[in-house]
Amino acid sequence: MLSRLHIRLESLIVLIVLSAIMAMLSPVFLSVNNLFNIILATATFGVLAIGATFVISSAGLDLSLGSVLGLSSVVGAALVVTLEWPWYFAIIGSLFAGTMAGAVNGFIVTRGLVPAFIVTLGMLGIARGLALIISGGRGIYGLPNEILFLGQARPLGVPTPVFILAIVAIISHYILAHTRFGHHTLALGDNEAAAKATGIDISRQRMLLYMLSGLMAGIAGLIFTARVNTGDPTAGLNYELLAITAAIIGGTNLFGGRGSILGTMIGALIMGVLQNGLNLLAVQAYYQQMAIGIVLIAAVWLDQVRDQRRS
Amino acid sequence: MALLTMSGLKKSFGSIEVLRGIDLEINPSEVVGLVGDNGAGKSTLMKSITGVYSLDEGNIRFEDQNITSLAPGDRRARGIEMIYQDLALAPQQDIANNIFLGREPTKKLWGVLPSFVDKNKIDAEALSMIDRLGAQIPSIHVPVGRLSGGQQQTVAIARALTFDPKLVIMDEPTAALAVREVEGVLKLIDQMQNSGIAVILISHRLNDIFAACQRIVVLRRGSVIADLQQEATDMNEVVSYIVGAHG
Repeated sequence: MLSRLHIRLESLIVLIVLSAIMAMLSPVFLSVNNLFNIILATATFGVLAIGATFVISSAGLDLSLGSVLGLSSVVGAALVVTLEWPWYFAIIGSLFAGTMAGAVNGFIVTRGLVPAFIVTLGMLGIARGLALIISGGRGIYGLPNEILFLGQARPLGVPTPVFILAIVAIISHYILAHTRFGHHTLALGDNEAAAKATGIDISRQRMLLYMLSGLMAGIAGLIFTARVNTGDPTAGLNYELLAITAAIIGGTNLFGGRGSILGTMIGALIMGVLQNGLNLLAVQAYYQQMAIGIVLIAAVWLDQVRDQRRS
Repeated sequence: MALLTMSGLKKSFGSIEVLRGIDLEINPSEVVGLVGDNGAGKSTLMKSITGVYSLDEGNIRFEDQNITSLAPGDRRARGIEMIYQDLALAPQQDIANNIFLGREPTKKLWGVLPSFVDKNKIDAEALSMIDRLGAQIPSIHVPVGRLSGGQQQTVAIARALTFDPKLVIMDEPTAALAVREVEGVLKLIDQMQNSGIAVILISHRLNDIFAACQRIVVLRRGSVIADLQQEATDMNEVVSYIVGAHG
């Protein structure tokens, strides 16, 4: 059952054990409100982690996710608040800005001269800088109600961002696990020469993957804007760390060839529970950053040990 | 009429001229051995036929159509398959997915959503192809990276044969195999010829070349220096061409 859904048993166990520990340490952890807090916080970087999963399982890397989130947030808000365009331009603008940043990443990566690590590290700087320039370094406040609905409303008692994450995750899961695009993504990450020899257009595939990753950052940027009612140029700072960690502990192979969106969602929930739990226990935010970094390194370490044992 | 016609193929990597004007024809259901020393240009020539490399000059016609500028996928669709020396398999994907890599059949999910890979069909057809090749494989869902060398070879062969090819290029298919498995591959080449498939066999093992091929083409420094009928030649002559000691 789990393997049919492409979920790893280990990550599910970690999530349950971690939640049990937090529940014992803090009485409010299991309250409905707090559980919503967890998924609400998870929603933003969970969408980013979906982008990370696609790119990493193709043996690529997107370090620009967090910065592109910030750029998308600012672009969407600037169009609607500063330029006073109709509300839906916040959606179009955010998604477009994210996709275009991804397209630039993809274009340069597919030329083959600069590795993805450097291209997306460069974009991390470029997108953040651009976000600060567009916004003049200040948040752009006061979005229309239609947009705030996407971040702050609770239809059927569930926060809208949670619906958005769920829809994006389900669609993405089917794309990665059940479409030709998904099969080709994993094959490209597994053995690029084989993918090329069997007739897969690997440049096109890469281009689309980075655009998809950018689109995810755009969606995450939109959610962020709507939640805090601000186009924030510093939004998503260090979120690439969260997103990549969630993807890896969800079972994505850092070196490509294996990845699952549902696995990544478990990974994102683990990160969400960890952050939330540490908050409830009043652990300083500085330690949380350290904890996430440690989890990332440990997850890759364990994965490598497993792979070595198997072969 | 020839199945495959190569005229004036030239290819350089940097300042090194690897193919220096190759002219060669392959006929339908013909088994041609391609031999030559390391660096003679055999692999480059084959990858030019499959489209993995693009040529600097010359053109390739297949079934009387110019395919010189087609992408690898389009050439596969026309019936040109290659079994690579390194097998070109994706180790973490399962056997069935490897066999159908790049050509996954699709269906509509719930009759509406397009381009969903028909995994049931892939599994069933992959299984029947593996059975036809008479291979022992634990399950069609095992990642290819966990199979033995011979089993991986079978997967690569199955991938080449699943889509009714007209020409199959085999790059050193016997190099990594045990004696018994080599016989299996030679028998398979026989079967392919009987069902109308042309085969280009690249091998360092002249025994295998003489056992399987009617025609032997020798490549030396990027040129065809001999095109021999198997009954009219012998190993000594072929070796002397390979090392450049002939005439």
